[in-house]
Order: sequence, then structure tokens, then C-alpha cells
Amino acid sequence: MIAILKYNAGNTTSVENAIKSLGYAALVTDDVSLLKSAEKIIFPGVGEASSAMKYLRKRGLDEVIKNLEQPVLGICLGMQLLCESSEEGDTEGLGIFKTKVRKFPLKDIVPHMGWNNFTAVNGDLFQHISIENDCYFVHSYYAELCSEIAATTNYILPFSAALQKDNFYATQFHPEKSSLTGLQILKNFLEL
Amino acid sequence: MLKKRIIPCLDIKDGRTVKGINFEAIQDAGDPIELAQRYVQEGADELMFLDITATLEKRKTLSELVTRIASEINVPFTVGGGINSLDDAKRIIDAGADKISINSSAILNPELITEIVNEFGSQCVVLAIDTKCVDEKWEVFRNGGRTATGLNAIQWAQKGVTLGAGEILLTSMNNDGTKAGFALDITKQISENVSVPVIASGGAGTMQHFFNVFNQTKATGALAASVFHYGQIPIPTLKQFLNKQNIPIRL
Repeated sequence: MIAILKYNAGNTTSVENAIKSLGYAALVTDDVSLLKSAEKIIFPGVGEASSAMKYLRKRGLDEVIKNLEQPVLGICLGMQLLCESSEEGDTEGLGIFKTKVRKFPLKDIVPHMGWNNFTAVNGDLFQHISIENDCYFVHSYYAELCSEIAATTNYILPFSAALQKDNFYATQFHPEKSSLTGLQILKNFLEL
Repeated sequence: MLKKRIIPCLDIKDGRTVKGINFEAIQDAGDPIELAQRYVQEGADELMFLDITATLEKRKTLSELVTRIASEINVPFTVGGGINSLDDAKRIIDAGADKISINSSAILNPELITEIVNEFGSQCVVLAIDTKCVDEKWEVFRNGGRTATGLNAIQWAQKGVTLGAGEILLTSMNNDGTKAGFALDITKQISENVSVPVIASGGAGTMQHFFNVFNQTKATGALAASVFHYGQIPIPTLKQFLNKQNIPIRL
């Protein structure tokens, strides 16, 4: 069973639909025992970083997430919360990935919204994916480049489009909204 | 590189797709789910569903349609029409829409933009603006283009962004349904004067029109309905055309 973390910053419907369309059972839950026993966990996120972190801490979900041993996939805000800190609401993150989340400089339209491709891809999530493939992004904050990078994208500046470290995976873009490319990336995660 | 977005719009009435000309003369144009799936297969970058159902009672079926759309397509989609409150927005977003668009209700109650943004974030809120050039000034209209508001389109767009709107959907009523091209002047002015993405709408008739709006304005998306519905411009052909003209596009 694939667990999708339920919290105050998740639009979980599309993630759930995408996983089901790939033939997997998915459950949206914040039940700690269900999360711990899930085969894999998806940590989605749409919303504001500091209020999402507060919510996770209040329910003890921050410690639960940090100690997960099965594959975890953070998406969008979920990825940003897995980093050390975020300038959005000036909050600490869960600190899995050793990188910081910053606001895009206002040198172009912000948010970065729409389909963008990669400048480099690497690692398990990007099997059968090339740098020419586009995924759907929508974000005003970005994770800085770091050593745990799995994909980079350029918008205003180069940033981390995906990260990978041990059992933790993360994408800034929305694979569940990225048509066939996104489904392939989700499939790669589900088949780990 | 970030790609320009091609966005087919499906006007929905009583659960069916319809198409009007100059905001009037409604014709049936098919099943929304079937059309949506076809567009996604052809390469639509996003979809827009605009509910023009007249009665409140029938409008309630919209969230059921949104649930079905969300389970069938895997590109982002926006739902607009008749969203008058935070509760209306919540119902549509909970049903699976990525964004909602508001128009008349935001004009009557600008705080609604901020209320929805505070709950769901800017990226969820598209401010739709219907504008018509009257005496060389671009004025905002509400109520499906029927009621003049006295608002200046550029100022209203800027105010909407200040209140939190994450995107502007700009429809020129002078151009809508004419197939004579997008309103380049107002699209250029607004896209250069707000910090958020602008989608141009109204007037698409040829592939060149899409090129013009991307080449001459800062719009990052172009929306059209009938040229796609009736197959006059196949989306793959359009995208190949734009790509050849060096417009960044997802193929």
C-alpha cells in the first residue's frame, strides 16, 4: 500500500488518482501506524511552508517523517519541507536534504509556472527520462543546488528540480500533473 | 526553458461543452471529458473549464464533473464560473481542480481573492478579466460581459495581483469569437505591468495569431476554444508551427 500523507497543505486528489492509474492501491492518511507500515510514502504539498511545518510539528509528524525507512517521495512543498530551511515564513525544515529554500529573485515572472525541461537528470527517478522531457512546475521558492541533486532546471537561475538521498526522493515539479513524463517518474518511484 | 502554454477552454453548460460567439449564441460542442482527454493526448498544456450554467441548482453538479475530470486527466486544469465564495472555491478545489478562476465575484468583493489565497495559496487563484475597448480605454466588464464596471483593466489586474491572484486570464471582448487574432495591445500592456503569468484569450483564428501573442507580448499562455473544438487548428500542428518559429513549446 502507498500512503499519501494527509496534512494541511496537500491537494492529494491528483496524486491519489495518478497512483491508482498506475495500478497501485493508495491511501490518504495521517495515521502514524499506517504511515509506518506503508510500502512507500508520498509527501505532497501545496501551500505555505511555515504553517505546514507548524502543523507537522504540532502532530509529531515531523519526527515520524524524518525516521521513515521506506522510500519517501516529497512533491513541491513536500520537497521544500524536506530541506534545511525555507525563506517562506522563515522556517526550519525537516533537514533531510542539505540545502536551503529561497525565494526567486523578481527578475522575471514569479511564480515559475508551467512546463519546463531539465539541464541534468540523474538517479533512480529519472530512468527513461531525458533532459528534453518537460514537467509541470508551479512555485515561487526554489531549493538551491546541492550535492544530493537528482535533476536541475533553469528558471531565472539553476535550481534543484529533484533530490535524492538514501530512502528520500523529492521533486519540485508535480509528476502527477506532468502527463506521460510525470507518470514515468512516479512509476520509477513505485517500482523502487 | 519554460514553455509557453496552449490552453483549450471548454465552456460548460448543464454538464455539456458549449461554444458561444461574442459571449452569445450557444452551440453544443460535445462531452467535456471526451474533449478534455482528446486535448491532453494532443498536447494541451493545461485546460480551462468555464461553467456558464445559469441556475444555482444545476451548478451543484459541477463539482461532480470536476471529480470526473480530475480522475481522467493528468495535466493541470482550472475551473471558473459561478465561484462566489470561499466555500464555492473550496468545493471545486477539493473535487480536484488545480486552480479556480474568479471574475464577477472578485469585482463585487475584491477581498474574496485574498480569502481564497489565504486558504489555498496564490497558485490556485486565477483572476479572469473580461475587457472591452470603449472610447480607446480598456474597461472591465462583469456578469459574462453584460455589465460595465467603470474599472480600468490594467489597474484592476494590478490590484488583483496585490490582493494575491497568482495568474491573470485576460479576455478581450472585442476579439472574442471574431477569429481575427488576440488583442495584442492590452495583452502586452497588462503582461508588462503585472508580476504574475498572463493568459491571453479571445480572438484566436490562425496559428499565426498564437505566434503573434507570444512574440509581441509577455503572455505565457494562450487560451482558445472554437479553433480547437471544431478541429480548425489541431494542437500538434500548432505546437510544431510555434516550435519552428522558435517559440519555446512542449512537444
